[in-house]
Amino acid sequence: MIRDITIGQYYAADSPIHRLDARVKIVVTLVYMVSLFTFQDFAGYAAAILFFGIVLALSKVPFSYIMRGLKPVLFILLLTGMLNLFWTPGKEIFAWGVVAVTWEGIRKMIYITLRLALLILGASIMTFTTTPNQLTAGLERLLRPLKIFRVPVHEVAMMMSIALRFIPILVEETDRIMKAQAARGADFESGNAFQRMKSMLPVLVPLFVSAIRRAGELALAMDSRCYHGGEGRTKMYPLRYRGRDIFGYLCCLVYIAALAVTVRISPF
Amino acid sequence: MSIRLENVFYIYGKGTKEETCALKKINLTIEKNEFVGIIGHTGSGKSTLLRLLNGLERATEGSVYYNGKNIYDKDFSMKTLRGKVGLVFQYPEHQLFEETVIKDVQFGPANMGMTPLETELFAFQALKDVGIGEELIDVSPFLLSGGQKRRVALAGVLAMKPEVLALDEPVAGLDPEGKENIFALLKRLQKERDLTILFVSHSMEDIAEYADRVIVMNQGEIVLDGEPHKVFRYQKELGQIGLDVPVSAKIANSLREKGFAIPGDCITVDETADAVIRWYQDRKRGAV
Repeated sequence: MIRDITIGQYYAADSPIHRLDARVKIVVTLVYMVSLFTFQDFAGYAAAILFFGIVLALSKVPFSYIMRGLKPVLFILLLTGMLNLFWTPGKEIFAWGVVAVTWEGIRKMIYITLRLALLILGASIMTFTTTPNQLTAGLERLLRPLKIFRVPVHEVAMMMSIALRFIPILVEETDRIMKAQAARGADFESGNAFQRMKSMLPVLVPLFVSAIRRAGELALAMDSRCYHGGEGRTKMYPLRYRGRDIFGYLCCLVYIAALAVTVRISPF
Repeated sequence: MSIRLENVFYIYGKGTKEETCALKKINLTIEKNEFVGIIGHTGSGKSTLLRLLNGLERATEGSVYYNGKNIYDKDFSMKTLRGKVGLVFQYPEHQLFEETVIKDVQFGPANMGMTPLETELFAFQALKDVGIGEELIDVSPFLLSGGQKRRVALAGVLAMKPEVLALDEPVAGLDPEGKENIFALLKRLQKERDLTILFVSHSMEDIAEYADRVIVMNQGEIVLDGEPHKVFRYQKELGQIGLDVPVSAKIANSLREKGFAIPGDCITVDETADAVIRWYQDRKRGAV
């Protein structure tokens, strides 16, 4: 259920990937995600999977752990896979009514599903190895140039880190309230969709009340510690590039170069 | 009414690296009309133990019997059990959700499948029991004071007509008066309605004052179980697991060590005060 969502979860470990500067991880992840759309053949996928595999092995995040991140999107993966399998024109293997399975379809199904899975896995490995705080600090620094256009970069980053910080608290709270209402005989499982939605009311009302209460308390606590926005605010742990971060960027460049060499880069 | 736990184990996150054993080989029998206090450190398994009693959490190993029936049997109705063993969570006022006090209290009995008439009757009765006046029953529960909210939440469980009331830190965050009110209410329910009451607490004073039986937990195990006067004699053993005896017991103990003739079973304020007065009167009589 809620606990299956792994994006935004952190896996504590001491690994070369964990130690990288958050900016490196954000940039490389973005580059990697874009790179997934630049090829359409076997060699490209091999390179992408290899790169992901090396990062995963270095990060010490268990394989089963990262695969759990695919569970919530399993349905979408299957659906797109099926659509591609049955509705791709080409050399037919067998046809059945309007649907037909073709060699091209099978190939496309595997590629599209792989691409979607790698997109999600690539993003999850970043959040698994970077604490939300590092992530927002990195993002804040990367987006700093936008300040010229009067984008409140610091405030947006602060809102993000607060939102991320509250996810586990609210998940736990939901769990507690559901159990407390179950102790009063509440039933969340039976009934049709409408009844089940209605049965969530005794959970949602207290959850919202508590979220608002917590927000108020947090604002007060920040205020009493003289928080006044990003103006003139310095960092306790300023981001600084080190040798390993340069090496990280270099590895990413090597990956791109490898892609360019092994793959005829085609627009589609 | 009786609850029996046999060789109960409870393991969190089985198979992951965060696997922790919250309860280890618990054997326990709760008899009708007992007033049981459970103490122990944070993470000693107290709350998990309470949640096992009404089937909210399922024991990883072992069995729980309610009136001699195994609650994990397929034909055992968990819903009925939830009504029979009323579980009151910590800060129960955080679970209020209805528009009016009376509607919120009716939530439990209505879920139990009682008729609208019974539901209304039991809700009124429960509110009367906890001392919420008629002028408040149509008010939004969010407008009440902290102590009132807690009593309304308690009424929400009482309205299901439970035989057992299990409360997780029922007086946390209340002022002394609110605290006394809640305990007086629980004592009254035990006597007048024949309820069995279990409560988790961090306060040795509350346990000494109100409980007829204390269960001391440490790292998922029951280390001491018995009458408060007996359990609190183990001051040293309790100290070793980071727990304490009531302040009054400490005062009585140190007076005795200094050579004052104070008996060894003083655990409440009244008992210690009486013992000191008796000692003083004896001395005066001796002096005369």
